[in-house]
Amino acid sequence: MKEKENKNIEKKKGPGRILIREEYCMGCRLCEVNCLVQHSKTKNIIKAYKTEFPRPKPGVIVEENGYVSFALQCRHCDDAPCLEACLTSAMHRDKDTQAVICDADKCVGCWMCIMVCPYGAIARNTEGKKVASKCDLCKGENVPVCVKNCPNEAIIYEK
Amino acid sequence: MKNKQKKYVIVGNSTAGVAAIEAIRSIDRAGVITVVSDEPYLNYSRPLISYFLAGKVSKDKLSFRGKDFYESNEIRLILDTKAVRIDTEKKELVCSGNKKVPFDKLLLAAGGVPIIPPLNGRDLAGVFTFTKLSDAEAIEKYVRSHSVKKAVVIGGGLIGLKATEALVALHMSVTIVELADRVLSAAFDKTASSIIEHALEKVNCRVSVNNTVEEIEGRAGEVKGVIFKNKEKVPADLVIIAIGVRPSISLAQGTRIKINKGFLVDDHMRTSVRDIYAAGDCCEAWDALLGINRTLAIWPLAVKQGLAAGYAMVGSDKKYAGGFAMNSVELCGIPTVSVGVTNPEGTGYEVLESYDKEKPLYRKIILQNNRIMGAIFVGDIDRAGIYTGLIRDTVDTASFKEHLLKDDFGLIRFPKEYRKYLIDKETVAI
Amino acid sequence: MAKRPVPTEFIVERDAEKCISCQACVRMCANDVHTFDPDTKTVASEHGKCVGCHFCETICPTGALVIRRSPSEFKANANWTAEVIKNITKQAATGGVLLTGMGCDKPYPIYWDHILLNASQVTNPSIDPLREPMELRTYIGRKPDKLEFSGTGRNLKVKTPLRPQLKLEVPILFSAMSYGSISLNACRSLAKASAESGTFYNTGEGGLHKDLYKYGGNTIVQVASGRFGVHKEYLEAAAAIEIKIGQGAKPGIGGHLPGEKVSEEISLTRMIPAGSDALSPAPHHDIYSIEDLKQLIYALKEAVRYKKPVGVKIAAVHNVAPIASGIVRAGADYVAIDGLRGGTGATPTVIRDNVGIPIELAIAVVDSRLRQEGIRNQASLIAAGGFRSSADVIKAIALGADAVYIGTAALVSMGCNLCQRCYSGKCNWGIATQDPYLTKRLNPEIGARRLENLLHAWSVEIKEMLGGMGINALESLRGNREQLRGVGLSDTDLRLLGIKAAGEAW
Repeated sequence: MKEKENKNIEKKKGPGRILIREEYCMGCRLCEVNCLVQHSKTKNIIKAYKTEFPRPKPGVIVEENGYVSFALQCRHCDDAPCLEACLTSAMHRDKDTQAVICDADKCVGCWMCIMVCPYGAIARNTEGKKVASKCDLCKGENVPVCVKNCPNEAIIYEK
Repeated sequence: MKNKQKKYVIVGNSTAGVAAIEAIRSIDRAGVITVVSDEPYLNYSRPLISYFLAGKVSKDKLSFRGKDFYESNEIRLILDTKAVRIDTEKKELVCSGNKKVPFDKLLLAAGGVPIIPPLNGRDLAGVFTFTKLSDAEAIEKYVRSHSVKKAVVIGGGLIGLKATEALVALHMSVTIVELADRVLSAAFDKTASSIIEHALEKVNCRVSVNNTVEEIEGRAGEVKGVIFKNKEKVPADLVIIAIGVRPSISLAQGTRIKINKGFLVDDHMRTSVRDIYAAGDCCEAWDALLGINRTLAIWPLAVKQGLAAGYAMVGSDKKYAGGFAMNSVELCGIPTVSVGVTNPEGTGYEVLESYDKEKPLYRKIILQNNRIMGAIFVGDIDRAGIYTGLIRDTVDTASFKEHLLKDDFGLIRFPKEYRKYLIDKETVAI
Repeated sequence: MAKRPVPTEFIVERDAEKCISCQACVRMCANDVHTFDPDTKTVASEHGKCVGCHFCETICPTGALVIRRSPSEFKANANWTAEVIKNITKQAATGGVLLTGMGCDKPYPIYWDHILLNASQVTNPSIDPLREPMELRTYIGRKPDKLEFSGTGRNLKVKTPLRPQLKLEVPILFSAMSYGSISLNACRSLAKASAESGTFYNTGEGGLHKDLYKYGGNTIVQVASGRFGVHKEYLEAAAAIEIKIGQGAKPGIGGHLPGEKVSEEISLTRMIPAGSDALSPAPHHDIYSIEDLKQLIYALKEAVRYKKPVGVKIAAVHNVAPIASGIVRAGADYVAIDGLRGGTGATPTVIRDNVGIPIELAIAVVDSRLRQEGIRNQASLIAAGGFRSSADVIKAIALGADAVYIGTAALVSMGCNLCQRCYSGKCNWGIATQDPYLTKRLNPEIGARRLENLLHAWSVEIKEMLGGMGINALESLRGNREQLRGVGLSDTDLRLLGIKAAGEAW
């Protein structure tokens, strides 16, 4: 029991955060391109676009209105409503990164998460098996690829 | 070092109970938690039983917390045991077989029980309700051992339609009988309902509205058909009764716990009796949109209520902020979301609508004083949560109202300050 | 043929194998070169609209794009070149003056490429800048004729009153580029980089935007013929004041910021109505002589209570040496000279390419003239106009400049590829534009970082070269023309530059 108490005391480290700086977003949408490639099977940009099926959906959404634009990803909320709404716990918090991620295997495509996400940051991917698709902060990468490849540092990563 | 270990007892093993366990264990690792459930299973996701029946999800995938959940949280499980009575004085829960479970803190989270009308023939073999895994398993077993081609589903609500969808997947032709003038009358408006009715017809289902079943007919103890109110006889090899659920409250009858339809609770999910809490479908908690206490039998709120109850049981001050009605359901391949007030009554409401009958795509937004009160999405539900967020935060939409129905509606239309607040703040609650 | 289009300058080569139709190029090109066809799901390019800025090529995630000069060729003709034909075609169509941006691109001799530096061998040791201190600090301002001291030993103090100076950690400043000709984000980049690198940027005739007052200590403010944005706070906020008489890219003519670029913010900064043309007259109408100039210099010095240096910027023209002498005698603390290859946001091509003299000759003759007259110490000399590298900078200093202004090099470090369409307002790099859709593309944090990197890189190189010459302070190289030798230059060039031919010993 004691051991467990100690574990609990170790404060969970929060996930890194992607900060959005709309004043510098050019609207080039390379974040979407890079996200898609990163989550593709081959991770090869040309194959990912030209030969792969089903293609992943980008976990980043670029919103545009006139000259204002910004790239929006899942905020990995501390109190994530999608975690509570998920019927299967496919939506879960990654133990290592603390990112909110969707386990495609468990996801049944009920879209409860889409209903509750105030950012509209979860997409339906219906190309193959129906699954909720969203930002996973590029697990395994030091910096998410959307941030790494943003030509104008309009999104930056804070660990 | 420690005070005496607290005894937490939870009635119900679904999402509210599980959420309460997680809340309790995030603070108190030492207390003894006992879960009493009248079902023989570990946790499973009730909304998924239609997926299970349709063969889309296997039984082992129904669980929403892993098998080690109970072990790692050190839970005493008392399964297949009905909680019968509460002795509020002795602080004991009396279960079937006169088994007594003492508690310091008790959570009532047994959910709802299906309403079964007093119909002749309701006890025939082949007549089922559809709220629990045992129902789905029984149906599956019955279907395997009988030649089932025609089914009647009594009730065109959410449960009825999800059951219908599963039966269609099992190659049955289904007749849905609905008392109201349309299916999904609680969450949908006429247009949205008509889209679903149309889609149901396409998959060989018949929808009979303004109608009800008067009698279930059988032969040799097995269901053979139903007789409608209008005396029409419809053959049926299987009948599902899905006219609704009511809160599971029977164990508290005769105690001082205040009950309306469900247990009345405050913002800490406390019932009127000290140390007894309620959460989920069995309670009447705060509806933030309507400003009243009422039952809202939906998954995300059961989680929130379970968490709030759990925190309250360990003495933490985290409150239940209230919730409002919402549902996401895909029917006949058409995704739908309905949130908040969808059939406004009275004046003062403004309705924005767009409808493309061909696709079909339907969007409806209900406003009051420029604040969104409810929304329906049929066909395209992408980013529907943004509207849920606007309802939650009671945002004045005057400055961007004209964009609400547009395909590309998003955070970019929000006033910059609200957008920054939404994007940069740490926590979000719905 | 009564009408014909201007011949295409560039072609956009798109590798169909590599193009994934992500449409980044479509979204990013302000000249609408690329279009997406939703039917074929492919992207096509209209070559004729391409200005050769290479933004699409840079942004393309698969490297599917290459911009080439149009291979379409006219019959070879040394006199009637493709450019001449193109220009005449354009003018025949419009009847207008040909406009261009940036500096002269004609193949006049670039003397920097004919001047070589010295290095130490055996008889004088070279210095390793990684091991020994190396001083690049430069002071811009009038130096006293002689120094008097009081006290002795530890109490030794300079008695001579010193005039205000600009202290530079690197002998490089950013040239005058107005808010209006370049975006506010470009100004922010320059200002921030100046502050970080210990040098100065120059407002040009664009006034000082309210967001930039915090960089006042690194700002040189200009007073030019239009007097745009000049007021008390403007002068007081600055580290130095510069009277702009002329500019290398357009000696003798004024400036013109078209009304469509005068946004609300620019209008506030320049103190002119939004949407109105900002016309800078060719001359200052209160300066028709050195005496008039002196009046303005002293009026400005009075205004800032003699606490800030006041300099004068002129274009390098034939009479540059005597004019510079007059400017020094009029009381200027520094003279900035902008050579033939100095840049601009907009100028008639014919002026840019045919008026003025190369900066190399201007530095040499001005430095020599001021020395001959014994007034070299009375003012610093800042050279400008086409400095491309640390080698150009160090050669300019050895020729006699105190420091140099860089403009084009600074813009290139922020992304510019010298398409020379600054006047169009459609700068894809977010530099020479006021279109909010385009200005966002220059993140000033990145801009400043790249400028700082450039200054750092050049300083390190200058130190290396100095060390090689056995010199440990830039001050010791100033006007030290013995360190330079000419190669492939005429006797007249060598005489004017005041340097020996390569091969000649000391």
